[in-house]
Amino acid sequence: MIWLDTLVQGVLLGGLYALFAAGLSLVFGIMRLVNLAHGDLIVAAAYLILVLVSLTGLHPIAAALVAAPLMFAAGWLLQRGILNRTLGEDILPPLLVTFGLSVVIQNALLEGFSADSQRLPPGDLATASIAIGPVNLGVLSLLTFASAVAVILVLNFILYRTALGRAFRATSDDPVTARLMGIRPDNVFALATGLAMVVVTIAALYLGMRANFDPAIGPARLIYAFEAVIIGGLGSLWGTLAGGIIIGVAQTLGAAINPEWQILAGHLAFLAVLALRPRGLFPRGGM
Amino acid sequence: MAWRSVTRTRASRAAGLAAFLGIAVLAAVPVVASRGLVQDLFFILTMLTLAQLWNLLAGYGGLVSVGQQAFVGIGGYALFGFVALAGIDPLLAVPLGGAVALALALPTAFFVFRLYGAYFAIGTWVIAEVTRLSVAQWKALGGGTGTSLPREATGAMWGLEFVEQATGLRSAAARDAIAYWLALALAVATIAGIYALLRSRRGLALAAVRDNPEAARSVGVDAARIRWIVYLAAAFGTGVTGAVIYLQKARISPDAAFSVTDWTAYVIFVVVIGGIGTIEGPILGILVLFLLQNTLADYGSWYLMALGLIGIAVMLFAPRGLWGLISDRTGLHLFPIRRRLEGGTLPDKER
Repeated sequence: MIWLDTLVQGVLLGGLYALFAAGLSLVFGIMRLVNLAHGDLIVAAAYLILVLVSLTGLHPIAAALVAAPLMFAAGWLLQRGILNRTLGEDILPPLLVTFGLSVVIQNALLEGFSADSQRLPPGDLATASIAIGPVNLGVLSLLTFASAVAVILVLNFILYRTALGRAFRATSDDPVTARLMGIRPDNVFALATGLAMVVVTIAALYLGMRANFDPAIGPARLIYAFEAVIIGGLGSLWGTLAGGIIIGVAQTLGAAINPEWQILAGHLAFLAVLALRPRGLFPRGGM
Repeated sequence: MAWRSVTRTRASRAAGLAAFLGIAVLAAVPVVASRGLVQDLFFILTMLTLAQLWNLLAGYGGLVSVGQQAFVGIGGYALFGFVALAGIDPLLAVPLGGAVALALALPTAFFVFRLYGAYFAIGTWVIAEVTRLSVAQWKALGGGTGTSLPREATGAMWGLEFVEQATGLRSAAARDAIAYWLALALAVATIAGIYALLRSRRGLALAAVRDNPEAARSVGVDAARIRWIVYLAAAFGTGVTGAVIYLQKARISPDAAFSVTDWTAYVIFVVVIGGIGTIEGPILGILVLFLLQNTLADYGSWYLMALGLIGIAVMLFAPRGLWGLISDRTGLHLFPIRRRLEGGTLPDKER
């Protein structure tokens, strides 16, 4: 029974990784931009929620609702002010600028909040659990997974059922023709990054409520997100969820054998998929 | 007189002469200067080597790696393994460190070359993490906390006695001197090697692949092969550098040896600020880094934040870096790789 429990915990953990990955996947799909600061932006959002919680005494979930529009604005400004200038044929500028941004964010957080680890107080959620058959499920874990599914449903709805989504896909396919049709790529990209930052805020909420965080953990979150995207296959958000689940299960299984192998097991699962199915498990053309 | 394709200029001949003088002066430093200066220059030379190798990958090969710390770390750990566990002389263990890095790079390349474009960058980072976590499991070398080089091994290092007698240095300073000379030789060999590569047919092929892979392939350049060569060569050089760095430090731990900040972030900023895709750029960049470090190092994280902001600003507003600005103003090329036509019958020579 302990194995079933481990497996279920791993699947639920995969929801968290899918949340990390969804924003990365969205931005890459629309503007072919790999944001190396993605993990640090998640950590920064967690600190923003923390500040709101300690200023107002709100529950972290309510504070995240306040933080989301702020992060949307930050993402919009980041894209308009900096990242749009780096887009083009050459992959060097966006990579090097976002790498610089990653270092800047990490050290700014270190200066502002010190290296001490922090936690978003989840209140009763921390201990609440539901027994389903032989397995005890934490409500917070279930909520994380449900949020991941909800985020993917909403993103897919926006992408395939709204005018904004049409603009996203058109700009992704062919920015020049999209411009001829009256779409302004600069604006579309800024909206996409803003939307990605809303997803980042949701990811940050669960990151902070489930475990301790400190300014240095961003790059590892970027790597998990990236692995989930590649395992799932580029361009498929449901594939990304599957990728997150594979990493989550590999990590909890690894940890069950030896706690020191938790992270390594996740990476090895990723390398195994890359070796056997280089295009991911659920590849799809385009967005 | 027939047309000839040449790359040399008057400035490059002068630069070559100056380089020889510079190397001679640098080689004499441990004998005449303080140990502190030797250690500062050791830092500069090893970072310069790492920067040139990263520049070869990213600036010429278009392969943006943020995982070069994998090869620094494995080179350092291989040195410790050969010296502390196998009893091999440290000087011999240095090239072996490079060989182990090369051995790591072969399977690594198989994985990362499956990742397209920008995803290659994060793929290299994953490999570095996997290597760090695996090495941390190696209990014989201290596991997660690390270990020190045994004194007996470094005390009996080849050449140490000779250097002590010839220069009158104490044992610790003589060890620093040997590490310094290794670092100097490595930096010179790396720069000379990269320069020779870029002036060869292979270098031309490399630039063609970076600028337009399809067009390069259509004129018969084997793009995949040239990328493998560059990636493996950079891994070997980075591994040797890692071994030299940890020979001098004499203390290693997984977190330090596989640090993305120390071995990749600084290196990227050096290349970007100095001028990516040039040999002069990293040389200029390392001097800027050293000056910044000496003036700002006391401010801790502000220093790294400033470096990051400068790097972003350079990438946005002067993407060819400081050397690009200088070169545009003056037309100066100290290590020219552009082929020009000279001679021929026209009165106005192509300049």
